[in-house]
Amino acid sequence: MSFTSSRRTTDGLPDLSYQPRAARNIGSRFLTVVAALFSGIAVLPLVLVLGYVLIKGGSTLGLNLLTELPPPPGLEGGGIANAIVGTLVVTLVAALIAIPVGVGGGIFLAEYSRSGWFAQFIRFGTNVLSGVPSIIAGVFIYGTIVTSRVLFGNAYSALAGGMALAILMLPTVIKTTDEGLKLVTDDLRRAALGIGASRFVMIARITLPTAFTPIATGVVLSIARAAGETAPLIFTALFSPYWSDLVSGDGLLAPIASLSVLIYNFAIMPYEFHNQLAWSASFVLVAMILFLNLLSRWLGRFASR
Amino acid sequence: MAPDQDHLYRLRNRPFAEKLVDLGFKNITIALASVVAVVLFAILIVVFQGSLEAMGRYGLEFLVTSNWNPVDDEYGAGAAIYGTLLTSLLSLIIAVPLGVGTAIFITENIIPKSIRNLLGLMVELLAAIPSVVLGLWAIFVMEPFIRPALEFLHTAFHWLPMFSTPPMGPGTIPAVLILVVMILPIITAISRDSLNQVPGKLRQAAYGVGTTRWGAIINVILPAAVSGIVGGVMLALGRAMGETMAVTMIIGNSNNFSFSLLAPGNTIAAMLANQFGEADGSQVSSLMYAAFVLIVLTLGVNVMARWLVKRLSLKY
Repeated sequence: MSFTSSRRTTDGLPDLSYQPRAARNIGSRFLTVVAALFSGIAVLPLVLVLGYVLIKGGSTLGLNLLTELPPPPGLEGGGIANAIVGTLVVTLVAALIAIPVGVGGGIFLAEYSRSGWFAQFIRFGTNVLSGVPSIIAGVFIYGTIVTSRVLFGNAYSALAGGMALAILMLPTVIKTTDEGLKLVTDDLRRAALGIGASRFVMIARITLPTAFTPIATGVVLSIARAAGETAPLIFTALFSPYWSDLVSGDGLLAPIASLSVLIYNFAIMPYEFHNQLAWSASFVLVAMILFLNLLSRWLGRFASR
Repeated sequence: MAPDQDHLYRLRNRPFAEKLVDLGFKNITIALASVVAVVLFAILIVVFQGSLEAMGRYGLEFLVTSNWNPVDDEYGAGAAIYGTLLTSLLSLIIAVPLGVGTAIFITENIIPKSIRNLLGLMVELLAAIPSVVLGLWAIFVMEPFIRPALEFLHTAFHWLPMFSTPPMGPGTIPAVLILVVMILPIITAISRDSLNQVPGKLRQAAYGVGTTRWGAIINVILPAAVSGIVGGVMLALGRAMGETMAVTMIIGNSNNFSFSLLAPGNTIAAMLANQFGEADGSQVSSLMYAAFVLIVLTLGVNVMARWLVKRLSLKY
């Protein structure tokens, strides 16, 4: 018997023990250190950004910040209250559009036509739509809704902003509904149909409730993403330094403030106080979004239990 | 199960109302599913139609000339298209090793699983931070921090065209760095998923014939996961091309073409964000033309990503 290994034990057998100084082992350890270093670099921005947002934004957090209007350029004092309300309103509008459409579309894909040509086409379209840059959604809504003044003669409006965000949410909601429903075992469907349920009853009473958690997780994540979007809002919802008139509903048809646009506008202003407000708005926005993300994570864990 | 077999099992007559609800619900879901297709086509049509005027006026010259002059009503998106391709490709070059390295580190059993999960969670949370917040951070924290390094690059290498102008604050390099931060989570998450899907047998076989950890990773595991990783990288490229807010806040939005990476530049998305609100007349049409170019670029990248994934997926 012949062995090609160069290292031998005293018995003349090949030495299989780990050789810490062999070139390939040194190389392997080196690459491990490099990978560790890369991971460190990859999480560094998160730590730094969260740290700065927490310190710079959290330090000025007060009641007036959450209840007052932003000051005019150059003046000081005031808060970001209308932007907080605006972000909630625009995101709510987007969710009210995207969730029914997305869940409905997902139901079609998963329950009615898993592999038909139309379903494949819609799946392809969903993937393509999720790759469309967010600014394009803004351009599209600007070109259709804003310039045509189709919403009762109003150009820039909270509704238009919500529609632009809905376009961005739609692919995520459809995909998670489709995939969530596919996870439901076919036994449940057969059982429901077998005892005489109609397809509608089967979906509404059996499969949708079963798939609730994965769908809810995806929906919450898409809401979190929409809440932080800026690009689709800057020329659809625009910005407003005033309170939106939500009681009569006219506020929905008028330009509306939002945290993300406020950050953009105030960050590039040459006034220190406005820059500071942008940091405070970042703190509120990041807190909202991280809360939604953790909520979706909790929902996911709840499901796997 | 299939609808065409329903008649075999008809034991009771369904009331008319029930059938109506059933049929109505199905048609409603079909209508809702078609919304996706309608929106997608509408986006293409609206942007294409909006850009027709500029297309007729400038033709393909629009893509290579870079004078953007609203006063004389002369437009060319060359600088913005160049900036879009340059920033996204440069950020990809930096982010791919970082992202794939991180993905390897958190899928290998080098450190305890709880720490790896924490690292994975942190990278995912990075993806959740809005780009406008990253832009704010880039303006007030990152750019002042790296300015001395950029100034050094200029003084030491000013004979290179890419470092030929003094750094003035906003510029291409800070924009590239913030793009790296934005696309890193995508590359990491997708690479991690595809690395996790490599069957354990392959690794055991590699160790069995006596390779080292990195011998197995480089020769066996990465080739097996390459389709997913390439797909993730292409998705990240599409995202980098379309990324708007962080870039527009830090790139300087200059339409003057410059080879220098230290000079202010522009991307299509940044140009749209900056000018669309105030534009009128043929400027709108030119911006729509630029938007159309951006759509074509991102759709091309996305479709190519899918094709590559199919092409590269190994059968094992």
